[in-house]
Amino acid sequence: MAFTQPALPFPKDALASSGMKEETFEYHYGKHHAAYVANLNKMVEGTELENMPLEEVIHTSFGDSSKTGIFNNAAQVWNHTFFWNCLSPKGGGAPSGELAAKIDAAFGSFDKFKEEFSAAAATQFGSGWAWLVEDSGTLKVTKTPNAENPLVHGQKPLLTLDVWEHAYYLDFQNARPAFIKNFLDNLVNWDFVAQNLAS
Amino acid sequence: MKTFLRHPITALLGVVLSAIVVACQPTQPVGSQSPTASPSPAVTTLPVAYPDRELSASPAQLPPLPYAANALNQAIDAQTMQIHHDRHHQTYVDNINDALKDQPNVQKLSVEAMLRDLNQVPEAIRQTVRNNAGGHLNHTIFWQIMAPNGGGQPTGAIAQEINQTFGSFEEFRKQFNAAGSDRFGSGWVWLVRNPQGQLQIVSTPNQDNPISDGSYPIMGNDVWEHAYYLRYQNQRAQYLNNWWNVVNWDEVNRRTQASQPR
Repeated sequence: MAFTQPALPFPKDALASSGMKEETFEYHYGKHHAAYVANLNKMVEGTELENMPLEEVIHTSFGDSSKTGIFNNAAQVWNHTFFWNCLSPKGGGAPSGELAAKIDAAFGSFDKFKEEFSAAAATQFGSGWAWLVEDSGTLKVTKTPNAENPLVHGQKPLLTLDVWEHAYYLDFQNARPAFIKNFLDNLVNWDFVAQNLAS
Repeated sequence: MKTFLRHPITALLGVVLSAIVVACQPTQPVGSQSPTASPSPAVTTLPVAYPDRELSASPAQLPPLPYAANALNQAIDAQTMQIHHDRHHQTYVDNINDALKDQPNVQKLSVEAMLRDLNQVPEAIRQTVRNNAGGHLNHTIFWQIMAPNGGGQPTGAIAQEINQTFGSFEEFRKQFNAAGSDRFGSGWVWLVRNPQGQLQIVSTPNQDNPISDGSYPIMGNDVWEHAYYLRYQNQRAQYLNNWWNVVNWDEVNRRTQASQPR
């Protein structure tokens, strides 16, 4: 059973008017994400990892220096699928209900959360990801390098932003802060984040 | 990291050639020899930014591009060059100056000195210095080792040493490109002279420079996505291939010379 690339939850041009070009998705989804899936399948073919759930492959390969390539590709498959779901053509705005209450409790206010999340995304040096996670019942902002993600730290991922340069270079070039602001203002699918918290 | 390969026959030839070269050197006064013949610590104290001088941090300054932004079009488009030099490199320069603004003692050190021994830098700004001093040094080297009329086969001493170490230029290029492709995430691929005095291909993550491992960077290619994304998008391998069209072998030869322990 090979790993497959889930369909994008919206058309490739659906975010063009909110800061992510169709061309960005042609490469980011059509090439980068697809390549992680293809590489992973090549690497696990004929091994015991082939039939494991993706999350288990990630846990098993993390920190194992003989499986670095498998970890990188498996985690990047997972991260990107999760990231697409964090985006919506009707995204942005503010969370509500229990999620909003938990954000206020953890960060003081939604604005404070946005500040902390933006700082994490801006200061992840090189390639990586910024996250909102639930860790032992509390919400936290974290950042991870390259393919690493909160699953391997026992945290529940709620929201992520890809800050590899390929995620924003065609739309924003070097202006990572503008990309982060646009994500928070116009793209975040807060319904998905609330579902993750409830799950 | 794959290390260098030595082709047995060319290696033997190399030994013979070195013996001849050594035999032709004027006799060194005994006192000028380093006390231990093996790994030469001298490699790590040579200027790296330029063959003849180190890079200042008081304040750090963006060096001008040594050619027009469109001059390397055989490998890199003008827009990429402009953004890469005017914005990315400038940001490293600004960040290092900002980090050191209340640190007159650290400012006095060269960028090379900071990166050779990051413990000299206060812990609170160590990571910032590592990233941004590294970014400043790496890009300063990078602009110099490319040229509008570059490319082609290597010339001079580096051509010989590449053949001696890797068997052929083609084999060297193959290993260098593979190391550049294999660098996951952001980083650099380098040809260095290692502390044992040998040529070696290494790759470093993010903006780390080989000087921090005691090696002398002779030439390096930037494999951060910002170096190639506007023209090549996900095709890093194509960028790595085309990059050889703009390598400035004269400058690489100067750096090869500078990398020799003195």
